[in-house]
Amino acid sequence: MAQQDGMVEKRGGGLWLTHLGMIIGVAFIFFPIWLAFVASTVEQQAIVRPPMPLLPGDKLVENYTRALTSGVNAPVAMMLMNSVIMALGIAIGKIAISLLSAFAIVYFRFPGRHLFFWLIFLTLMLPVEVRIVPTYEVIANFGMLNSYSGLILPLIASATATFLFRQFFMTVPDELAEAARVDGAKPMRFFFDILLPMSRTNIAALFVILFIYGWNQYLWPLLITTDPSMNTIVMGIKQMFPSGDDTADWPVIMATSILAMIPPVLVVIGMQRLFVRGLVESEK
Amino acid sequence: MAHGFAMEKRVTFKGMWLPLLLIAPQIVITAVFFFYPAGQAIWQSLFIPDPFGLSMQWVGLGNFEFLLKDPFYRASFVTTAIFSTLVTVVSMGVALYLAVLADRLIKGSGTYRTLLIWPYAVAPAVAGVLWLFMFNTRVGVVTWYLGLLGYDWNHVLNDSEAMGLVVVASAWGRVSYNFLFFLAGLQAIPKSVIEAAAIDGARFWTRFRTIVFPLLSPTTFFLLVVNIIYAFFETFGVIHTITGGGPQQATTILVYKVYSDGFVGQDLGSSAAQSVILLVIVSILTVVQFKYIERRVHY
Repeated sequence: MAQQDGMVEKRGGGLWLTHLGMIIGVAFIFFPIWLAFVASTVEQQAIVRPPMPLLPGDKLVENYTRALTSGVNAPVAMMLMNSVIMALGIAIGKIAISLLSAFAIVYFRFPGRHLFFWLIFLTLMLPVEVRIVPTYEVIANFGMLNSYSGLILPLIASATATFLFRQFFMTVPDELAEAARVDGAKPMRFFFDILLPMSRTNIAALFVILFIYGWNQYLWPLLITTDPSMNTIVMGIKQMFPSGDDTADWPVIMATSILAMIPPVLVVIGMQRLFVRGLVESEK
Repeated sequence: MAHGFAMEKRVTFKGMWLPLLLIAPQIVITAVFFFYPAGQAIWQSLFIPDPFGLSMQWVGLGNFEFLLKDPFYRASFVTTAIFSTLVTVVSMGVALYLAVLADRLIKGSGTYRTLLIWPYAVAPAVAGVLWLFMFNTRVGVVTWYLGLLGYDWNHVLNDSEAMGLVVVASAWGRVSYNFLFFLAGLQAIPKSVIEAAAIDGARFWTRFRTIVFPLLSPTTFFLLVVNIIYAFFETFGVIHTITGGGPQQATTILVYKVYSDGFVGQDLGSSAAQSVILLVIVSILTVVQFKYIERRVHY
């Protein structure tokens, strides 16, 4: 065993045990998703007479087509589109308003600057879960139930993103702003021509985190989208279960679950380096 | 934060209206969707609506008094404490175990990292559906195999099985996140320190207990706070999809109760008072988190 060989290097049996431990961990993580995938490729009969098979069947195309085009309450293709709009709206919106407010706070002296900064800071303490009933009332009064603006706006203010950009702007050399000022460049020229290109990596890293945050919202869409055609995919899955004693349409529900995972998982894997960086930075 | 806040740019642009215009979108959104609703919650928590919903009656701290005496609310507090502790311990325990293993591997730790991090992207509500499917009382695979072993799984009726299921489903996706931070923490520990201990004859477990774990404590503490916040607020989707707070109220955590009393039960005064209590809890957690970050910044 590696424990007994005393040194930090791992070899022989210890190495195998370490790999075995990792593989068990990975299997624990994968098993639920594997089962969902298998269930999305077989017919209902294979599931309702347990035990269900552990290897994929031949109904993949059929089940996914059925989910995407008709679903249970609304076509899943429609819910996917709603999720894309909501996730993009939240991610882009948060980044845009945070960039602008961080620029104002760092590069200008204006009355109320400190007050505004602390107001933004305090939003950290107000997650949507804590203010659901009154926020719902605000949205209802604005007539924004079942609308994209209702889905996006209440989640769009972000203290974290504002701090991140503020921290980054502080590290930008003063000479750049100095030069821009000497050249007579307007502040917004400086912002678009110099600051924005320099923030590219930060923006991308933050985008990954915020896209996933927006995509995975559950409680808020559950409250304000009563019309099935406005459901997002993550909250729509639960709505596909029958309320009474009827049997759920498992193949379609599991196909929908897989579809709900694909976009954020692709974003995480495709942008792994940026994702890890964004996560560590935004939590600091 | 106070430390960072004291820093100022030497070079700034002139003007007052432009910066106000730039910061306006953030401030307007914050005021309309954050501060006004939070203020409303505090204001509403001081009233009860009359039975016809026509007017509000001032009760001062009556809603709070009632809540703190209400056995269901107290039970929900206990449930939340048990639930968050279990979710935090399970997800951090599994993640630390995997991170220690991955750290021991010179080759392949990158591959395992890729394999382990993507469940971070799976929404809690989707995780809930996946675990519900495995443990479904009629069609669940795990339920069926447990049945073969003579164990009759039924989280719809059994309190502790319901709790176990929501804990595992909540902890499952969270392992990725904790793993990333633990692995980064472990890799930041200088190998020379550990090698020195190894040469002195310290076995793996002794090295871990006396050197690695203490050096990892900033990461552990940070994850502890972040995971408690997660368990308190972001697991709503798991509870809603798997148990709906039941059986009885066995898995009704505080956030779930605000939702069910406010939207299902229409008890606005009580729901608002519960929101205010949650507000206090999340404020305390945020302050703790920032105190810690400030300390780390000053190192």
